[in-house]
Amino acid sequence: MALEFIAEPTYLRSIIRVSLTVSLTAIVLSTLVSLPIAFVVGFAEFPGKRLLTAIINTGMGFPSVAVGLLVLLFISNDGPLGTLELVYTPEAMIISQCILAAPVITGVALSAVESVDDAVRDAAYGVGGTRTDVALITLKEARYGVITGILAGFGRAISEVGSVLIVGGNIAYADGTSKTRTITTAITFETRRGEFETALALGAVLIVLVLLVNGIVLRLGGR
Amino acid sequence: MEYRRRAVLRAGATGIAAAVAGCLGSNNTDGEGSIAGEELALATTTSTYDTGLLDEINAAFQERFGAQVAANAQGTGQAIESARNGNADVILVHARSQEDEFMREGYGVNRRDLMFNDFVVVGPSDDPAGVGDTDQATAAFEAIADAQATFVSRGDDSGTHTKELVVWSEAGLEPGGEWYQETGSGMGDTLTIADESSAYTLADRGTVLSMQDTVDLEIALQGPIEGGPELLANPYGIMAINPEIHDNVNYQLAMAYIGFVTSPEGQQLIGDYTANGQQLFFPEALAEDPDFQQYVPEDWQPDSEGE
Repeated sequence: MALEFIAEPTYLRSIIRVSLTVSLTAIVLSTLVSLPIAFVVGFAEFPGKRLLTAIINTGMGFPSVAVGLLVLLFISNDGPLGTLELVYTPEAMIISQCILAAPVITGVALSAVESVDDAVRDAAYGVGGTRTDVALITLKEARYGVITGILAGFGRAISEVGSVLIVGGNIAYADGTSKTRTITTAITFETRRGEFETALALGAVLIVLVLLVNGIVLRLGGR
Repeated sequence: MEYRRRAVLRAGATGIAAAVAGCLGSNNTDGEGSIAGEELALATTTSTYDTGLLDEINAAFQERFGAQVAANAQGTGQAIESARNGNADVILVHARSQEDEFMREGYGVNRRDLMFNDFVVVGPSDDPAGVGDTDQATAAFEAIADAQATFVSRGDDSGTHTKELVVWSEAGLEPGGEWYQETGSGMGDTLTIADESSAYTLADRGTVLSMQDTVDLEIALQGPIEGGPELLANPYGIMAINPEIHDNVNYQLAMAYIGFVTSPEGQQLIGDYTANGQQLFFPEALAEDPDFQQYVPEDWQPDSEGE
């Protein structure tokens, strides 16, 4: 029984595919939302900025089951977005992972932007740079922090189990292809069945995947 | 209906067309009356799914009709709740009282008895509470309560939990105290926890058999299949979601599924399914003698309802 999934590569492949598709899509979408927010908040000075920062940082700790439940109530077929028929689909999982990852990306990118030394900005002004030039310089200086934020968001998305279990339903078809079964929900499922070896092996697969994604991104980022 | 339409496209693109072509010849995959390529949302319990039975049934259903089944395995309480919200086409659960309530509220239609197995009381092999000396479920629970032996409860409104509460109340006991622990987890998890903490628990025979390689718990009191008390019977019912209440449900597909699993073919699949060489579920849908109570809530009388 142990490690039987290795003999069924379709099962493993489709779980990995669903996991990666959902989490990568969620990260791209939430990055598109988060980075502009981080830069605007990071550059601007306005009353309530500290409060807003605190709210973003609190969002990093959102319990994923609570987010999952909220999303479920919205997309449930008798909920406000029921007509979209999103419940128990990969799209539903993308939505909840976006909500979970966005504060992480925003928060880390924001602190990276803010921690760029004022001397750098002053120097940019000093050599006659426009506001845009200064912003670009700051972005360049902050890029590692921004990348770290995106990776942290990815780590949060692909490793969370609470919300995808609720909005996705851990569904696989009878032939072993996954509809909404991700690596994490598969680990939950195999543990529930007492297939501990399979669950552990899936855990190892997850770690390797996260490692790979980190390696690729850091390489592209020039480190 | 967005995702169903996509499911149709995807199904057409993959091997389902081939499966249908192989088994049914050139059946009307494109015809308006066909269910091929559609997807059935089945809300069910962990006990039917985790034992692997549903994979077997659903693969056969898919081969026969070309429609996929998306099985969402939850506790009975959660499965019924998600059906109430219109998130399932058909439910397969095992808590008659909750099923009846669901039917009375109008959410469920066309209920059928599907199959049964039984519950057993499992516990550590040294049996500190002496459950092995009892022959009634209520007596077994009394023995556990008297000995204050650790008992783990599902605590999750599942069919098993519902049955457990019925046994406590039949025994006239209200369990509580440190020896009574609720896991809030599925059957497999709960068996693992019971095993780790040398505790007793009530479990369906199917899950116990399918996990007997992993846990060291022993059956302290048998259910009716092995001559134990009738109170521990565990009947499963299947019903479609009322399309008048939730117009998004795929009622036709749901009825095709109910028809399939209650057919001689589906019933044979259930009867032939084994884990570790033992039969887990006993088909109950077909009999020569009619059982009209399976279609309506138990004890339902036309007069008493005034309609």
